[in-house]
Amino acid sequence: MRDNLIKYILGIADNSLILGQRLGELCGHGPNLETDIALTNISLDLLGQTRNYYQYIARLSGNNKTEDDIAFMRSEREYINVLLVEQPNDHFGYVIARQFYYDVFHYLLMQNLQNSSDETLAAIAKKGIKEVSYHLRFSSDWIKRLGDGTKESHQKIQEAIDDRWVYTNELFMKTEADELLINEGVGVNVLDFKEAYYQKVSQVLEEATLTVPDEKYYQKGGKEGIHSEHMGYILAELQYMQKSYPNLKW
Amino acid sequence: MILKKQLIEKELISVLKTVSDPEIPVLTILDMGVVREAREVNGIVKVNITPTYSGCPAMDVIEDDIIKAFDDVGKKATVELILSPAWTTDWITLEGRKALEDYGVAPPLNPTADKEVLLEEKRMVTCPNCKSTKTVVVSQFGSTACKALFKCEDCKEPFDYFKCL
Repeated sequence: MRDNLIKYILGIADNSLILGQRLGELCGHGPNLETDIALTNISLDLLGQTRNYYQYIARLSGNNKTEDDIAFMRSEREYINVLLVEQPNDHFGYVIARQFYYDVFHYLLMQNLQNSSDETLAAIAKKGIKEVSYHLRFSSDWIKRLGDGTKESHQKIQEAIDDRWVYTNELFMKTEADELLINEGVGVNVLDFKEAYYQKVSQVLEEATLTVPDEKYYQKGGKEGIHSEHMGYILAELQYMQKSYPNLKW
Repeated sequence: MILKKQLIEKELISVLKTVSDPEIPVLTILDMGVVREAREVNGIVKVNITPTYSGCPAMDVIEDDIIKAFDDVGKKATVELILSPAWTTDWITLEGRKALEDYGVAPPLNPTADKEVLLEEKRMVTCPNCKSTKTVVVSQFGSTACKALFKCEDCKEPFDYFKCL
């Protein structure tokens, strides 16, 4: 039970860590000052939530494990984030498309996780949902602004929305740990809100004058630890300090 | 750990009052509402604080500052971070709201109004400099995760608005 709970929490937390890291790359590189600050603020929220999850996992693990061990000392195959969050920033449209696809999911997940029978997870979700609602508002606004903006912004955000679409279905694939924890009343059944997810996504895209992709081929693998070619580079940067100087503290 | 009610022993208030939010120095942690429990048990002061935002970098500093403040009066203190119930901007005291405004940060409105102003549907945020309500959102995210960036169309000054949580 404990191992499955840890795996279940990692499935949520690793998404926040890797997306937070991706957004952190934009620090000082945003298209303008306000957007730069917004993106790094979202990154900070995600990393804060990640810390809450990892601290909980560290407590569950015992053996003097710390949140840093979990964040920095695992091998690539041990991270179980979805492929969506590790996709590169490319142009700004890609940053926003990835964020939007994840925010809609994240919001619905937090909404449901608040009712978890696990008190700590419910508490993290109650705190998290307030932050995630700001993220969702931010990314939805940008989808509309770019989609309903100039010819070029429309074309670029449509390109990003189409290209990242194939990663959305993995959000709704259940792992063995998910199934077990759902039965315990701890985990959230993501299929309960799959329809709501695609409805919300379509609604915003339509409002943004964008075409909702109808591609039926989807990518998967992240939840099994099988990542895209980008993951190694993310981890190289993320883990460098702790691996070079074990137990380093700021 | 889950804590339902705020519980602070009177004797400890004077020390806690000396600790402030490192990012908004005019605001004490008591005015901020982050101290949920403080009591002395067998000569050790136990303080429970709740983070304003999940990723708030100020929390680590506040923890150290509380320990130091009690150390200065010859007391040993331990600090624990609690997550539930989640902090809300409603816990900022009236004195705190006043201190924020004097410092140049517009205090949070209620949640409905908050959404309306951030979506630019209504103008309700008062400029802390000239008290005009002709203010507009520049960015929903400001200098820290808890603030949004506004500007006043009357006095032309930019200012921070403390977002509703």
